[in-house]
Amino acid sequence: MSAKETLTGAEALIRSLELENVEVMFGLPGGCILPAYDPLLKSSIRHVLVRHEQGAGHMAQGYAHVTGRPGVAMVTSGPAATNMVTPLCDAFMDSIPMVCITGQVSTTAIGTDAFQECDTVGITRSVTKHNELIMHPDDIPLAVRQAFHIATTGRPGPVLLDLPKDVLQNTMTWHWPTDEEVLESLPGYRPTVKGHPRMIKEAAKLLLASERPVLYLGGGVLKARAADAVRELAELLKTPVVTTLMARGAFPDDHELCYGMPGMHGTATAITAMQKADLLCALGARFDDRVTGKVATFAPDAKIIHVDIDPAEQGKVRKPDVPIVGDCRLIVEEIVKAVKELLAEGTTQADITPWRSRVNGWKEQFPLTYDASEPGARLKPQFCLEKLRDAAPEDTILVAGVGQHQMWASLFWNFRKPYTWVNSGGLGTMGFSVPAAIGAKAARPEATVWAIDGDGCFQMTAQELVTATTEGIHVKIAILNNTYLGMVRQWQEMFYGERYSEVDLAGCPDFVKWAEAMGCVGIRVESPEEIDAAIEKANSINDRSVVVEFRVEEFEKVFPMVPAGASNDDVLLHPTQESRREYLK
Amino acid sequence: MTINANNPYGDSRNHHILSVLVQNRPGVLARVAGLFARRGYNIFSLAVAPTEDDDYSRITIVVDISATPLEQIVKQLFKLIDVVRITELDPKKSVERELMVVTVRADGENRGQVVELANIFEAKVLAVGADAMTISLDGNPEKLDDFEDLLKGYGIVESQRTGRVALPKLDREARPRTLKGKAS
Repeated sequence: MSAKETLTGAEALIRSLELENVEVMFGLPGGCILPAYDPLLKSSIRHVLVRHEQGAGHMAQGYAHVTGRPGVAMVTSGPAATNMVTPLCDAFMDSIPMVCITGQVSTTAIGTDAFQECDTVGITRSVTKHNELIMHPDDIPLAVRQAFHIATTGRPGPVLLDLPKDVLQNTMTWHWPTDEEVLESLPGYRPTVKGHPRMIKEAAKLLLASERPVLYLGGGVLKARAADAVRELAELLKTPVVTTLMARGAFPDDHELCYGMPGMHGTATAITAMQKADLLCALGARFDDRVTGKVATFAPDAKIIHVDIDPAEQGKVRKPDVPIVGDCRLIVEEIVKAVKELLAEGTTQADITPWRSRVNGWKEQFPLTYDASEPGARLKPQFCLEKLRDAAPEDTILVAGVGQHQMWASLFWNFRKPYTWVNSGGLGTMGFSVPAAIGAKAARPEATVWAIDGDGCFQMTAQELVTATTEGIHVKIAILNNTYLGMVRQWQEMFYGERYSEVDLAGCPDFVKWAEAMGCVGIRVESPEEIDAAIEKANSINDRSVVVEFRVEEFEKVFPMVPAGASNDDVLLHPTQESRREYLK
Repeated sequence: MTINANNPYGDSRNHHILSVLVQNRPGVLARVAGLFARRGYNIFSLAVAPTEDDDYSRITIVVDISATPLEQIVKQLFKLIDVVRITELDPKKSVERELMVVTVRADGENRGQVVELANIFEAKVLAVGADAMTISLDGNPEKLDDFEDLLKGYGIVESQRTGRVALPKLDREARPRTLKGKAS
C-alpha cells in the first residue's frame, strides 16, 4: 500500500472490513449499496445472501453470540434499513457486538424524499450504540475502525454506518488509521475497564461475611469471557450460582453449585435463593424486570455487589452497596485475589453450610417437572426437549425463538459450556431462531446447531432456510408445534379468564412440505414411539438442513411462573408441587 | 421529553443545570434530545452553541430532577459517544444568563409606563410600533420571570426566551463536579 493509493469509497469500505478481520458478512444488495457489492467479488470476505434483511441482522447476531466477534450485515437503503431495525434493537438490548452497513441515497439527493430514501441514522439512533452518516469517502476507514472499536469495547452493542451511493463511488486517498488516531477521534469514549481496588476489597469482605450469598450471573459474564474466573470464585467460596436467560452456559448446569435460571420462568430454587439471600453478587446482570419481579419486594434482605461495565446500570433498578464499574473478568479475578489475601490474613468465611443445605433442599423438593402425556394424546414439549437434549452431540449450540419453547429450552437443556446458547432475551424477538442458527453455524461449522422454534416464530423468518440450503450452512430446526401462540395463550388462560383472542394458529402449513420445498429434510413426529428414530435421523444428516416438527400438547403451560408485576415470593409452582409450597420458606 | 410549560423554569430544588461538552458533529443535538425523549426525562430548557474550540459545542440543559435522579441522567448522557464532558452546575453555585425578546402592547397612555418598566429592568427597546413595542432583556432567569410577569398586565403579544446558559461561579467553593469519559 503506497502512501498515495487512490481507491473508490466502496473499495475502501471492503478493504477496511478485511483489515478488521471480517471473515463473513450477511446481506442483500440493492440500489444504493450496489457500488459496495462490486469490490466484494474479489474480496476474501464470504458474503451470505439472505432472503430478507431482518435475517441478515439476526444471522450477524448469531455469529456474534457464539464467537464474541462482531457480526457484520450489509444491506441497501430505505426498506432494507428499516427491515434491519429489529435486529439492531435486539442486539442493543442484549449487548451483542454488531456492525451494520446500510446504503443511502447520494449526498445530493438526501432530504429530497428520493427513491428508497429514509432517515436511517434518525430511525436507528435509539436502537444502536452509535451510528454515523458518512459524507466523504476519505472518512470511511476511520469510521469503520471506530465502528468496530465501539461495537466491541465497553458494553458491546450494534453500530451502524450509513453510506450514500456517491460516497461509495467517489475516490479517496487510502489511509488506515492507527490505534492512536482512533482514540483521538473519540475523545468522549473511554470505557472503564479496571475495577476500583477499594470496592473490590469491599466486595471480597462482603462475600466472606455473607451467610446466604448468591452469585447472580448475567450475559455480561459471557461478553467479558469471565466464565472461568467466575467458576473459580464460586468454587473458592462454595457460593450458590444462578444463571439468567442471557447467561445460560456461563456456569455448568451440572455443577453442584448451579441452581439454574432465575426470573419469571426460572426454577423455584433459583428464584427463592435470590429472595432469601443476604448477599447478591450481580455479575454483568442488569436487574431486568423479568428477573426481579416486583422490585419493591425483590431480595429484600440482600446487600448488593454490582459488577457491570456500564456505569448507567449501577443503581438504575436497585441501589448497590458495592458498585464496581469495569470489565467483569478482570474484576472477578481481582475479587478472587482479594478473597485469597483476606483468607491468608486470617479472615474466616462465615458458615454457609446451613444456607447450602437449605438451597439444596429446595432443589430436591422442586425439580423441574411436567405431567407425562396420556396414551394417544399429543406429545409433551418438555419430553421432546429432554429427548433432543439427551441425543445432542457434545458441544451442540442451542438456539431459540421467543415464547414457551424458549423457556422450556432454557429450563430443560443441560448447558455445560459458554457460548452454546443463543436467544433473544431483552427484546423478545419472535422469528429470531432460524436466522440466528444459520449465523451461529456459519461461525462454527464444526458444531451441531439445533434451533428450538415455535410454530408461530417459524412462520416469521423460515424463508431463510433457502439461504441455509444454497449457502450450505446446515442447521437443525425443531418446531414445537402446538398450533398456538403458546405463551400468549397461556396468559389468556391464566390472566384473561380463558378468553382466547387471536392466538389460534390452526390451519398451520404443512411444515414437512415447507422444509422440503426449501431443500431441507422434513420430519414429522406425532407419537412418543417416533421420537428417538426421528432425532437420530436428524442428528445423522449433515449435508442438508433438517426440520423436525413435533406435534405437541396445545394446552401445556410453562411453570414455574411469576406473574407480571407480582413478587417473586408468589411464584406459581407446577400444580403438582403447590402442596409443598411451605418448604420454600 | 416534555418541556414543563406550567413552571417553565422550575425551582432550584427540582432543576439542575448540566453543561455538556460535545463533539461538534452533525446530529449531536438530535442524539441528546432523543435520549431525553426515549427515557422520559424532563427538561426545562436547552441551549446549544459552539465553544471557543470549533471541534466542540456546549449544550446547556436545565433538567427536571423531580422524576429521574440526576445521576441516571448524567450516566445515560455519557453513553452517547459524542459527549466528551459533563459539568453539573448547582444553580446556587453558578451564574446563569438568559435572553428574552418580548413584544408587549403599549398604546397611548401605557407606552410611558412600559418604557419606564424597561428602564428599571435595564431592558432595551428594540422596535416601536403604533400600539406595541419589542423589548429585549438579558439577565438571570428569575429577573426575566419578574419582568415578564409585570408586562403581562399590559398584554404580551409574543415572547421568546433563549433558555439559560451558565458557568460556575468563581468563588472558592464553586468547584464544578466534572465527570469525564465514563462512557460505555
